Amino acid sequence: MWTERIPAPWWVFGLILLLLPIVASDFWLFQIMGWTFILGMIGLSLMFLAGYGGMVSLLQMSIAGMAGYMVAILGPSGAANVSLGLSWWIVLPAAFLIAALFATISGALAVRTDGIYTIMITLAIAAAFFYFTRQNYSVFNGYSGFNLVLPPQVFGVNWRDPLPFYYLTLACAALCYGAVVYLARAPFGLALQGVRDNPRRMAALGFNVTAHRVAAYALASVFASTGGILLVWQNAQIAPGTIGISSAIDVLVVAVVGGMRRPLGPFIGAFIYVLLQVFSTDILGFFGFSADRFKLIIGIGFLAIVLFSPDGVLGLWDRWRAGVAARKAATTGGGP
Amino acid sequence: MAKVRHGKLPGRYEMNNFIKRYPLWSVIFLLLAIAFLYLVLAPWPPELVASWGRKQIFLNALLGGITLGALYFLVAAGFTLIFGLMRIVNLAHGSLFLIGGYLGYEVATASGSWLLAFPIVFIVVGLIGLLMQFFIFSKMEGEELRQTLVSIGLSIVLADLMLWWWGGQSYSILAPQFLQGPMELPLVSNVNDSTGAVTWLRYPSVRVWILVAAIVIGIAMWLVLNRTALGMMIRAGVDDREMLAASGVRIHLVFLAVFGFGAGLAGMAGIIGATFQSLSPGEDTRFLLASLVVVIVGGMGSIVGAALGALIIGVAEQMGFVYAPTYSIVLTFLIMAAVLAFRPQGLLGTGR
Repeated sequence: MWTERIPAPWWVFGLILLLLPIVASDFWLFQIMGWTFILGMIGLSLMFLAGYGGMVSLLQMSIAGMAGYMVAILGPSGAANVSLGLSWWIVLPAAFLIAALFATISGALAVRTDGIYTIMITLAIAAAFFYFTRQNYSVFNGYSGFNLVLPPQVFGVNWRDPLPFYYLTLACAALCYGAVVYLARAPFGLALQGVRDNPRRMAALGFNVTAHRVAAYALASVFASTGGILLVWQNAQIAPGTIGISSAIDVLVVAVVGGMRRPLGPFIGAFIYVLLQVFSTDILGFFGFSADRFKLIIGIGFLAIVLFSPDGVLGLWDRWRAGVAARKAATTGGGP
Repeated sequence: MAKVRHGKLPGRYEMNNFIKRYPLWSVIFLLLAIAFLYLVLAPWPPELVASWGRKQIFLNALLGGITLGALYFLVAAGFTLIFGLMRIVNLAHGSLFLIGGYLGYEVATASGSWLLAFPIVFIVVGLIGLLMQFFIFSKMEGEELRQTLVSIGLSIVLADLMLWWWGGQSYSILAPQFLQGPMELPLVSNVNDSTGAVTWLRYPSVRVWILVAAIVIGIAMWLVLNRTALGMMIRAGVDDREMLAASGVRIHLVFLAVFGFGAGLAGMAGIIGATFQSLSPGEDTRFLLASLVVVIVGGMGSIVGAALGALIIGVAEQMGFVYAPTYSIVLTFLIMAAVLAFRPQGLLGTGR
């Protein structure tokens, strides 16, 4: 059975997440955990590209935003003159498809060059999309964006209530996480990691390097789009500010702080980021700063992680475990 | 990796070669150039005015684009040099621009001298760049991604520190007395039909002089790069860093010099940006993005490429702003996408 291969701590962790609503308040469920899962999913799509494909893309927030915008444009929203008001079973597949198309085209442009160029090109595309949504009123409704974008009442449940929303985001996050874990071991994922490590050799072996990279962009768009759609439902609105440059960089911060080697990293990074963001007033007040200095804390924390532990918080954890194991080995091995 | 490098050919030979290989394109380019010169130099007939608007608007957009391109060039030149030599994508470059602008404002208001701000800002911001290279980037040489991530962290921290210190309002520096007001350029703006009197184009003189200064700086950089020993080392480093280090050059001093110079240039561009337009939080990202697009279009690590890219992007942005306001950003982006699709290394970049 595949269930036997999952170690015990994971079962405990999963059970805690499932039973969290018993103890946690609505604020924790909706704001903190919901946002963590959403940000984690968008970070996960970056982790998938960067960790397995070696392509650090700053585009993932834009792809999430594209899916979110499509939900607002095609479905019902407060901007009735722009939104088409179609029903959800058309809107959701269309949003995923259009976001995937956007990701594929941008990915095809970005993989024309490789290495460090990727980060520049994806940043430029993300900025172009941001400015475009801000200037275009006929489709993206310009500066004000869309408000009152609510999730559909499927099964008679109001999915924006804290409890259903928590389980919805948890389920989506778990599915995305599982998909990435599966993909990493599937033939495609292995080929992608081969392309990351040695593109020339993979090309010589007959793999189409460019196609694998573009396909990775398309696949990663699914995780980002899931996060983006949930983000629109959580905020009940989307505007150019949601997909601005600083949001694009926040996704990178989240993924790097958590650790880009494993799919769990972005979720841990997202949790830390959300906690800092939500409690920034208290934390900063404790040190005698005003709450406006939130970005300073994020920036310094990010710098510290990049300077001292390039593989993120998970890297710190791994090193600590290795240290404990080494000490244990030293004490037992040193005995008679 | 095997690289095919073409030797430097004499310019005239290259041009003849181009005409021989692409006769159709040569004719198209020639026709475009003639049409462009006609648009700029000749007074416009009424039919053209009816469809495109007054000539003055066109000329103003064109000159605005060229002067904006001059500003973009000053920012992007340092960015592209640093990238070409050290392979550092310095995403804190926009922050250096903004620091330079704010410091220039402080110096100009404290001393009352606009010109004095330039050397001071060049030295101070150059020093900041030196410190960044010495204490941070040189410690992680060869780790391109980590250097980029660090520069992102630095840009977040610097942006917030500047917001803390200078607040969210916008600042602009007043041009000195002798540069204020318009000057007449030898370009026909309008010819009065009945009297035949010619109106010459009037354009803000500060912008003209900044364009001249940018051209002078560009030529000086080209001369330093192509005619001096230091320039020789930099060019050698761009081509093959290890070989240069192995031949006994103290490459870290060259790195420091280039980083400091690039940072100082970005700082001076900040003063110019504050004189042209204004400074506020967020301008750092705007100019960082402009330099990204400029070097993607022009080609990484090439000064001439940066100049060409800056000119194209500046003119496209202003023309788009005047003739298709909704899609001006898209125009810039389409140029970048087209360059990436057909010539990924940039217009004047060397394939690496």
